[in-house]
Amino acid sequence: MYNPEDYLLVMDGIYKSFGEVEVLKNVNFRVGNNEIVGLVGDNGAGKSTLIKIITGVHRPDKGEIYFKGKKITYHSVELSRELGIETVYQERALGEQQTLWRNVFMGREITDRLGFLRINEEKKETEKILRKHLGFTSKAINVDSIVKSLSGGEKQGIAIGRALYFNAELIILDEPTMGLSLSETRKVLDFVLNIKKSGKSAIFISHNIYYVYPVADRFVILDRGQVAGEFLKKEISQDELVEKMVELARTGKMK
Amino acid sequence: MNETMSATRKIITSKVREMRLEVSITSVLIAIFLLFIIGNPQTFTKFDIYYSFMSTIPFSGILALALTFVIITGEIDLSFPSILGISAWVFSKTVELTDGNIWIATLLCFATGLIAGWFNGLIVVRIGIPSLVATIGTQFFFRGLVNVLAQGMGITLVPVKDTLLFKIFVGRIGGAVPAQIIWMFSLGIILSMILKRHRFGSHVFFVGDNRESARMMGIRVDRVRMTVFMMMGFFSALSGILSSLEVTYFWPTLGQGYLMRTLAAVFVGGTSVFGGMGTIYGSFIGALIIGSLEAGIIAIGLAGFWTQLVYGLIIIVAISIYTWLMKKE
Ligand SMILES: Nc1ncnc2c1ncn2[C@@H]1O[C@H](COP(=O)(O)OP(=O)(O)OP(=O)(O)O)[C@@H](O)[C@H]1O
Ligand SMILES: [Mg+2]
Repeated sequence: MYNPEDYLLVMDGIYKSFGEVEVLKNVNFRVGNNEIVGLVGDNGAGKSTLIKIITGVHRPDKGEIYFKGKKITYHSVELSRELGIETVYQERALGEQQTLWRNVFMGREITDRLGFLRINEEKKETEKILRKHLGFTSKAINVDSIVKSLSGGEKQGIAIGRALYFNAELIILDEPTMGLSLSETRKVLDFVLNIKKSGKSAIFISHNIYYVYPVADRFVILDRGQVAGEFLKKEISQDELVEKMVELARTGKMK
Repeated sequence: MNETMSATRKIITSKVREMRLEVSITSVLIAIFLLFIIGNPQTFTKFDIYYSFMSTIPFSGILALALTFVIITGEIDLSFPSILGISAWVFSKTVELTDGNIWIATLLCFATGLIAGWFNGLIVVRIGIPSLVATIGTQFFFRGLVNVLAQGMGITLVPVKDTLLFKIFVGRIGGAVPAQIIWMFSLGIILSMILKRHRFGSHVFFVGDNRESARMMGIRVDRVRMTVFMMMGFFSALSGILSSLEVTYFWPTLGQGYLMRTLAAVFVGGTSVFGGMGTIYGSFIGALIIGSLEAGIIAIGLAGFWTQLVYGLIIIVAISIYTWLMKKE
């Protein structure tokens, strides 16, 4: 096992099943300080499940998790957030019929002691996210806009902006480029590079190696619930990585 | 991010959506009352009919306010008329057994409502039976309980008629305004504040909108669902107290007949049957519309046979308006 002291996140011997289906089998995974990890693998490999274990949505059947060297014994979404883990879920996790300001603070509303929302404050912060973090300039979109009426890219922007706003230590992006245009994708990749520059860490999940390769420092290949390989960027070229993935998909094995 | 389209695209804001809904439901209410006034000026320009509305509408009106939370959460409760029945039985029986201790009776009544709501929540949230099915079951069960316990007998509530609590619940303020309408009005304001401005209300919207997303963002989905069922139970108990005290008598059939009009009030009020959307204002006005229709239709001289037909027509028209408005989005 890796020494938890040396890494931001260490997961050791993680198992997870849904009913009969064993989704993760003895997965060891780690994220270093100020490191961008590219997590790749085929559909159904278990990538999303692995990150949902990190964020406390799922509880592992077996295995240990350390964050900043401390063992996590209690799994919940609240705890993972308190620790400084922010996530852009593959499903985006937005309430389609709700306003942007409600969505940004979903599940962690700013309230007074009685639990009443500080709506003006939430709106002001949302405004900041829209204009500063995301660079939305259009007047048509404002904090009271309903998510449903935004484009796919804009929705993804809200999900990403929300994750960046809370100043996390570890930012997880699960397929953030899915359904985005090239220019939108470019922006997402810039976000990831900015995470690196600001000294934080990230896990970046994508099917597209051409997106992952330029931004990640290290690649972890997950295959049918197991880690099939791990490479530092300096050990492997983009083409070699693609080749390995193709080979893995074809033969089920990797040299 | 890509904003080239947004100049021509229509972005809906919550303000526009709420405005549209509120304006249209209020117009429906005004239109109906104009119709009544034109149809029968004698009745509808006098206070009497409004007095009668104010004393009867709150019973299902309060239920509609609570049911709004349940439906926004994406759930349904068909058992509240039976919860109303069983808690009102507990209330009345306690009054009888304690020789008119209305305070204890009230306390036990609310406890019964909460327990019944908790029981619904348990079946839906923990066992995982869809609420539509679960509350069809509990609706029979709770009503059956009333039948078994009451043995078909009514209970008089005359002994508490002179108590302070009686006056607080269903007294006549200034000799003219029934207290229950003040209850409905105040609860409307409080519940609206909770729905729109409280964390709990926000969670209710998100759970109804997308349960899985809510869970991923750290909302305790099960607790929210449980709470709305218990709220429903609590307000059913309140409505049970009000409606039995109003006539100072408990009937074992109490609450029957409230199901459809309460549901109608919520849906006429623009709450989405799919969850995630709805307002207390809408349900409040919806309850006024539904509650005044029956008496109004008769008062303007249509024979009793016509009531249901006109009733149904107005519900369909109102709901079609919202559906059309939503489609325009
Ligand atoms: N909540 C759940 N209940 C049951 N099975 C699940 C659940 N979540 C995931 N699975 C199953 O676990 C397996 C792994 O799913 P997961 O979403 O982790 O894969 P993934 O690597 O993220 O795939 P993709 O690239 O398609 O997003 C799949 O077979 C999926 O059907
Ligand atoms: Mg996935």
